[in-house]
Amino acid sequence: MTALQRPKPAAGQIANLKERPRGESLWGDAARRLRRNKAAIMGLIIIIISILVAIFAPAIAPYDYKTQVRADNNAVPYWVTRIFPNMIPEDEGGYITVTDKYPLGSDALGRDLFSRIVYGSRVSLAVAFVGPVVSIIVGLLVGMIAGYVGGKVDNTLMRIVDVMYAFPTFLFIILLMAFFRASFTQVEQGTFSYYISELDSATGGLLFIFVGIGLTSWMQMARLVRGQVLSVREKEYIEAARSIGTRAPEIMRQHILPNILGPIIIAETLSIPQYISYEAFLSFIGLGVNPPTPSWGAMISEGAQVINSYPYQALFPALALFFVMFAFNFLGDGLRDALDPRMRGVD
Amino acid sequence: MAQFITRRILWMFVVLIVVSVITFFLMRAVPGGPFSREKPLPPQVIENLNKKYRLDEPMLNQYLGYMGDILVPKVTTERIRPNVLEDYLINIPLPFMGEETYFRWMNFGPSYKARSRSVNDIFEEHLPVSFQLGVVALGVALLIGIPLGIVSALKRNTVYDYAGMGVAIMGVSVPVIITGPLLQYLFGVQLHLLPITGWGTPAHAILPSFALGFTYSALIARLMRASLLQVLNEDYIRTARAKGLSERMVIIAHALKNSMIPVVTVIGPLFALLVTGTFVTETIFGIPGLGRYFVTSITGRDYSVIMGTILLYALVLVISNMLVDIVYGWLDPRIRYT
Repeated sequence: MTALQRPKPAAGQIANLKERPRGESLWGDAARRLRRNKAAIMGLIIIIISILVAIFAPAIAPYDYKTQVRADNNAVPYWVTRIFPNMIPEDEGGYITVTDKYPLGSDALGRDLFSRIVYGSRVSLAVAFVGPVVSIIVGLLVGMIAGYVGGKVDNTLMRIVDVMYAFPTFLFIILLMAFFRASFTQVEQGTFSYYISELDSATGGLLFIFVGIGLTSWMQMARLVRGQVLSVREKEYIEAARSIGTRAPEIMRQHILPNILGPIIIAETLSIPQYISYEAFLSFIGLGVNPPTPSWGAMISEGAQVINSYPYQALFPALALFFVMFAFNFLGDGLRDALDPRMRGVD
Repeated sequence: MAQFITRRILWMFVVLIVVSVITFFLMRAVPGGPFSREKPLPPQVIENLNKKYRLDEPMLNQYLGYMGDILVPKVTTERIRPNVLEDYLINIPLPFMGEETYFRWMNFGPSYKARSRSVNDIFEEHLPVSFQLGVVALGVALLIGIPLGIVSALKRNTVYDYAGMGVAIMGVSVPVIITGPLLQYLFGVQLHLLPITGWGTPAHAILPSFALGFTYSALIARLMRASLLQVLNEDYIRTARAKGLSERMVIIAHALKNSMIPVVTVIGPLFALLVTGTFVTETIFGIPGLGRYFVTSITGRDYSVIMGTILLYALVLVISNMLVDIVYGWLDPRIRYT
């Protein structure tokens, strides 16, 4: 074909062609689609804001999260009493202490609620990022080995996954937490368990939450990865790589992993809200973070006990939790639409 | 089919045994036992208690004894529950073997904390509560989710669709610990319409089952919408329209049945999830269900209650998954059991 036969492009289009790279990568394409998705961008912005809040918590929070001022317990600024009509201020014949000292009021122990919510974002976000990492590492390893090696190894690993699926997840996580908490409380100094328990208390009890979530959430990832590996394993390019003597770990890393990354990212982003809610549930029933480390779940739990008189103590942390979970859900949905256009509008 | 079911049942036993082994040894690895107190009991008392509950035997013997009690059925003429150590969950009269002969099965042993009660007593008291809550919540989830999904799919890309899916994504984002306090505040504290905590009357069930079911209704709505959209694109729907069926008939007779398949497949696990996953709801709403009891028995190291609850719930999960596979094949005959 000669150049003459081609229809002449208009002047503007030529300029366009020069600006844009000719072949667009999957990721560039996905990023462009993601940018167009307003809900996902909103989610991303909320997530970025909460990450910043978590990092700069000491600068943002006006108070310490653990300082108790007994005289100021359950005190709120005036506007809070307007939102919750049953909270009648003292000077209107009610029982509510009104003070402007605390932006969102104080809790039953006289701690600033706003500061605790700000610090609490650290726990939720830590879980939001470490949960997927643990689940991906274990799930990827198991899934790739099962899918690539196949045969007996595959069969064994998948049966293990089946058994793990039969565990009532939440019961198991509670049992694990009880096990960790009790086993690592009185340990001799200098032993391995001692360092583990030190690390756990240094993180406010988060370490065991990570382990607990990790141990109960890798199965789905393993199944997904295995399925994906099975579907690309027999492709020609893998065959080609094998024929020139590339070794299995290299094939997995170089050729299989990049091709299954999309579904993994989608699945993990969509499970983040679940990890966050696991932590919140655990802290809610008292098996999560160690007090006084603030966690939104623990705060909701404390607030729920006084919901009759001081509803703000449960509802403000609940609102924070809601925003973050909402944001991750929107982002996850957006990522799925962006990375897998076939799914758009279907689910 | 029969072969498929047999194999699944055998596999189910294997799974349950593995679950029991992991739970048993994990539990015993935790320091402290059911009889450790703030103020320690006299050593002689602990020794006697350990002896009574076989806790002084080697670990393996304890495990085998425990599993034996559960798995080995007993045909007996003894009256029900001669003592707390022999209380069976399943009691089937066998009239053809003579008066008062019973087939008894599944003895989950005595509770180590509530010492006059057996684990089965605790199941009988608390399980129905969790079960009722789970069933009502499932009903809420289906009643909200299915219509929402159908409307969204039929009115695709209209305001209805966006509103429906907006509600759905909101539902997925709010776990019970958010909806719970919110509903309690709105309907209990503010409007004084419904009781905040407690259990017993139908009014008590409304808030918790709605809080629990709402999250899952969102899941069902999205699934229903996706599946109905997919089915509406199938050739046989075009055929049905081409032969002159009214749109209503096309949807009711052809589209809905097939689009229900994915929904039906999640009902099983969902039911299991709802029945077994009610801890938080029970804690928030002060409901005396098995989930809440489980949490207290964990802190009290009530070994037999922990074991029993996990095994029972695992059983519910495994059976519900198996039923789903069977129903799946019935709804979609193209699926073969292999």
